[in-house]
Amino acid sequence: METFFDNLFSVFFIETLLNGLLYGGVLALLSLGLNLIFGVIDVVWICYAELVMLGMYAVYFAHNVYGLPMLPACAVAILAVALLGYILHRVVIAHVLGKAPINQLLATGGVLFFLQSIATLIFGVEFLSVGVSLGSFQITEDIYVSKSQLVAFIIAAVTVLGMYLFLSRSYMGAAIRAISQDREIMILMGVDANRLYGITSAIGGGLAGLAACLLALQFDVHPFVGISFGPLVFMICVMGGLGNLVGGFIAAFVFAQLIATGSYFADLEWGAVLAFCVFVIAMFIRPEGLFARKS
Amino acid sequence: MNRQILMGLGAIALIAVPFIGVPPYWLHIMIVILIWSFAYTGWSVMGRFGLVSLGHGAFMGIGAYGTALLWNHAGMSPWLGIPIAMALAGLFALLVGYPCFKYRIVGHYFALVTLALSEIVRQVIVATRDHTGGSLGYTPEPHGGEGYSIVALQFPEKTHFYLIALGVWMVGLIIWRAVDRSMSRYALEAISEDEDASASVGVEVTKEKLKITVLSAVMTAFAGAMYCQYQMFVSPDTVSGIGISLQIVFAVVAGGIYTRFGPTVGAIITIVLAEVLRINIAELEGLFGFKPAGLDNTIYGIMLVLFIIFLPKGVLGSIQGRLFGRSA
Repeated sequence: METFFDNLFSVFFIETLLNGLLYGGVLALLSLGLNLIFGVIDVVWICYAELVMLGMYAVYFAHNVYGLPMLPACAVAILAVALLGYILHRVVIAHVLGKAPINQLLATGGVLFFLQSIATLIFGVEFLSVGVSLGSFQITEDIYVSKSQLVAFIIAAVTVLGMYLFLSRSYMGAAIRAISQDREIMILMGVDANRLYGITSAIGGGLAGLAACLLALQFDVHPFVGISFGPLVFMICVMGGLGNLVGGFIAAFVFAQLIATGSYFADLEWGAVLAFCVFVIAMFIRPEGLFARKS
Repeated sequence: MNRQILMGLGAIALIAVPFIGVPPYWLHIMIVILIWSFAYTGWSVMGRFGLVSLGHGAFMGIGAYGTALLWNHAGMSPWLGIPIAMALAGLFALLVGYPCFKYRIVGHYFALVTLALSEIVRQVIVATRDHTGGSLGYTPEPHGGEGYSIVALQFPEKTHFYLIALGVWMVGLIIWRAVDRSMSRYALEAISEDEDASASVGVEVTKEKLKITVLSAVMTAFAGAMYCQYQMFVSPDTVSGIGISLQIVFAVVAGGIYTRFGPTVGAIITIVLAEVLRINIAELEGLFGFKPAGLDNTIYGIMLVLFIIFLPKGVLGSIQGRLFGRSA
C-alpha cells in the first residue's frame, strides 16, 4: 500500500497525467473525422485508421523521399487523404448506403484489409520514421513535455473549435447538419444528398490526414499501425455519442487518461483493457453514448 | 427423400476421403475448412437474427487459450479443459450479453461493444505474456510417444483429426437445423423485426437473445479449442482480436448468412481463395525476382468488398434464391 501511495504522489505520475492529457488531444483529433462521418452519413468507416496510416506514409514520402519541407508535406498528406475519403465514398460507401448496417460495416472492413495489404505491397513492412523531432521542454526539474504532443493537442483543440464553427455557422455546415437529422425530407427539399455526403467524406478524410501529420511526428509508420489505435477511436466516438463532436472530444480525454494511468500502474496492455472495460460498462449505463443528447 | 439420400451419400463420401489416398496437403486444407466452418456456423446461429457480433474472436480466444493453459499449467486433460473453457466462454457471453440486451444495445452499438470485447481478450492475452507467451504465441505441451495421445487429444496423424473435425462439423449443422426448427427461431425473427412489438405479444426478448448468444459463444469457443489442438500453436492474432472477428463475419456473409451450408461455403471460398493466392504469388516470385508480399490479401480485400456490394445474400444464398425462387 505504501508503494501505491508513493507511486501516486511521485512526479512521474504527474508526468503521466500530463502525457495522458496531451495524448487525449491526438485521440480527439483522430476521432473527429470518424465522428463527423458517423454522424452525417451514418456509416461506420472501420477502415478509418487505415486512411490515417496512408496519410502517415504520404507525410513520409513527401518529406523524406521528395524532400518537401514539413508543412507543405503535411498539406500534401491532408489533400491526399481527403481525396481518398472522397473516392472511398464514391466507390464503396455510395453502393451500400441503403443496405443493412452489417453490410456497410463489412464493406469498409474489406477496405481495411485492402488498404493494409496494399500498403504492405507498396511500402513493405519496415518501420519508417519521418525523423522530425520537435524536442521537448522542461516544466519543472523532473517533468518534461514533448513538444510534438503539445502541438498535436493545440491543433486538435483548434480543429474541434473550427469544426464546431463550420457546422454551426456556415451554409454548408447547416446543410450537413440538416441531412444528418433527416435523410429523406432533405432530399425532397431539393438537396443533393450524394454531393453532401461526398463533401463530408472529403472533410472526414482531410481530418484523418491532419491526424496523420501529427501522429507521424510521434510514431513510426508501418502497414499495421492502424490496428494499434483504430479500435480505440471507435470506442471514443461511440462513448461520446455518435456524431456528437463535443462528446467525442471529452471521451478522448477520458480514454487517454485511463490508458495513461493504467499503463503507469501496470503494462500498456492493461491500460487498454481498463479503457475498453470502462467503455463496455459506460455503454450499459448510457447505451446512446455518455454525452448523447436526449432525442 | 431424395434430399436425405443425397446427404447420406455426401456424408459417406466425406468419411471416405482420408482412406482413398488424398495427399496430406489437401487433407490439411479440408481439416482447416471443417474447423472454421464450425466456427462460422456458430457465429451464424446468432448472426442471422441481426445480432451482428464482432466479438467472436473473444470466445475463440477463450476456447483456445483456456484449453491450452489448463493443460500446460494445471495438467488438466482437454477432455475436461475444453468443457471448462467452453463454460467460461458461455459465462463471459452471459456476463456481457445480459446488460447488452437488458439495456437495448442494438445495431452499430452492439457491433462496437462486442468489438471492444474481442480487443479486451486479445490485450489480456498479450498482457499476461508470462503465462501465455504474449504476441509470440503459445504451444500446448506435447504428450505421449511421438505426439500421439488420447488423454491430451493430440493426433499427429491427419486422418484422425479429419474424422474428428468432420464429426464436429456435422454436429454444427445439426445444431443449426435444431435452431432453425425451434420456437426460438420465430421469437428471434420477430425480435429482429421489432423488439417492442414482439415483447408486447409475450416474447421474452432478453432471454431469447441470451440463449442464442450463449449457444453461439460456446460453439465458437469449441472451435477455438479444436483449432488449438490441431495446429498445436495459437497466437493472439490467429484466434482473437478484430482480425479474426471480422474474418468470421466476412466468411459467413460471403457464403450466405441465412442458409445452413452458407457458413461452410464461406469457409471454402475464403480459405481456398487465400491458399490459391498464397501459392500462386509464391510462384510469381520467380517471375519478378522479388516476393510481392501483401498481394494475396490485396486481392482478398477487393473480392470481399465486391462480394458485399454485389452478392449481399452470399454465394449460396444467391444461388438458392435463383434456383428455387425463394428469398433466402
